[in-house]
Amino acid sequence: MDALTAHLDELGHGLVTTVQLTVVTTLGALLLGVVVATLRVCPVPLLRSVGMVYVEVLQNLPLLALLVLFVFALPTIGITFPLFTSAAIVIAAYEGAYLAEAIRAGINTVGVGQAEAARAIGLTFSQSLRYVILPQGLRAVIQPMGNICIALLMNTSLAAAVGVVELTQAANNVNLVEAQPIAVFTGAGLAYMLLALVIGRLTGTLERRLAIVR
Amino acid sequence: MVAVRGLQKWFGPLHVLKDVDLTVAAGEVVVVIGPSGSGKSTLCRCLNRLEVAGDGSIEIDGEPLPAEGRKLARLRADVGMVFQSFNLFGHRTVLDNVTLGPVKVRRVPRAEAREQALALLDRVGIADKADHYPAQLSGGQQQRAAIARALAMRPKVLLFDEPTSALDPEMVNEVLDVMVSLAAEGMTMIVVTHEMGFARRAADRVVFMDDGRIVESGTPDEFFAAPSTERARDFLSKILQH
Repeated sequence: MDALTAHLDELGHGLVTTVQLTVVTTLGALLLGVVVATLRVCPVPLLRSVGMVYVEVLQNLPLLALLVLFVFALPTIGITFPLFTSAAIVIAAYEGAYLAEAIRAGINTVGVGQAEAARAIGLTFSQSLRYVILPQGLRAVIQPMGNICIALLMNTSLAAAVGVVELTQAANNVNLVEAQPIAVFTGAGLAYMLLALVIGRLTGTLERRLAIVR
Repeated sequence: MVAVRGLQKWFGPLHVLKDVDLTVAAGEVVVVIGPSGSGKSTLCRCLNRLEVAGDGSIEIDGEPLPAEGRKLARLRADVGMVFQSFNLFGHRTVLDNVTLGPVKVRRVPRAEAREQALALLDRVGIADKADHYPAQLSGGQQQRAAIARALAMRPKVLLFDEPTSALDPEMVNEVLDVMVSLAAEGMTMIVVTHEMGFARRAADRVVFMDDGRIVESGTPDEFFAAPSTERARDFLSKILQH
């Protein structure tokens, strides 16, 4: 226990970084998810392919490999970002692919009749999507999207591999000094669990608040 | 108002519309009847390009039906459609269902759209349901809301694709009454239906389809009293014997 209390400052900084990374990345991934899901259902074949390639590439590579590639390969062609930014970009892009698939599944739950009715009153494709299809499709997949956000939170720990001192890295650093892995990582684990519970609660509340009257 | 010439439509190997010609004048009410699978719904859906015809031409108010894109969206705004399964937007209140098109497509100011929508809902008799969600309404009320939604666009033509087929018998009349009053006001309407009573009461012309073709066309009096084709006689005898 002393191992934790003696290093509250470092662990606290790590926790804050983890929360920041999670929030920023979730927002980015949501935006990307909606855009890519839209590409995947749009009537233009080329754009559909772009969406498909995006999902296939990012879903089928390990996040750690993507992080390492981004952080160590891009500088060789002269592109460098701060480490936090790099990690945020890569995790958002990666989780965006998963969110896109969940959102696409949501879009597919919306009946064909809804899209037909939308088009029949003169809405364009993007207007139908924005005002009719997405509002209903997203509501249908709030729970799976929440699960992906929890997975995203856990995946932020991989940012440690490219030098971002988030909670896992902070715990690791503390453990190097204290050599008490059980106490240190149980403490870090509990913090992750708490954050995940918050996300779970949030999605539950959202789901209830936004439920469509059936 | 609507001119269809030589319309052909295939679903894969299935030839569902075979050289269909149909002209509908402004203010005319045309009722399309026929057995299931005769192509009447497909014809109706081709008119606002929810189905893309294989061959032939369709003109609405003198304009050929444009290909997919902004122009088509603009044309669809002028062609109202009422579906068998209502297709009200489930996440929006009845009022928001009716105002969506005017606000987003016609760019009518929100307050004005709201006022017009309330007037339309009053007209179809469900003004008290404006703030309800579609799922809280009966089938007949939902279909009347859907008619209000179509009317809100001030369409030149209204297409009805079996508007009462999904309704309980006791709710059919409340929808038909609205349609009859629209017809009386001179709305151009193309109605695919099995409601022979409506055809008799409100149609200027009855079109009988079978196997992808228009087999017979005439005034309701002519058609119901003395159908000229064997197929139409057979159809009428089957549906009118009970």
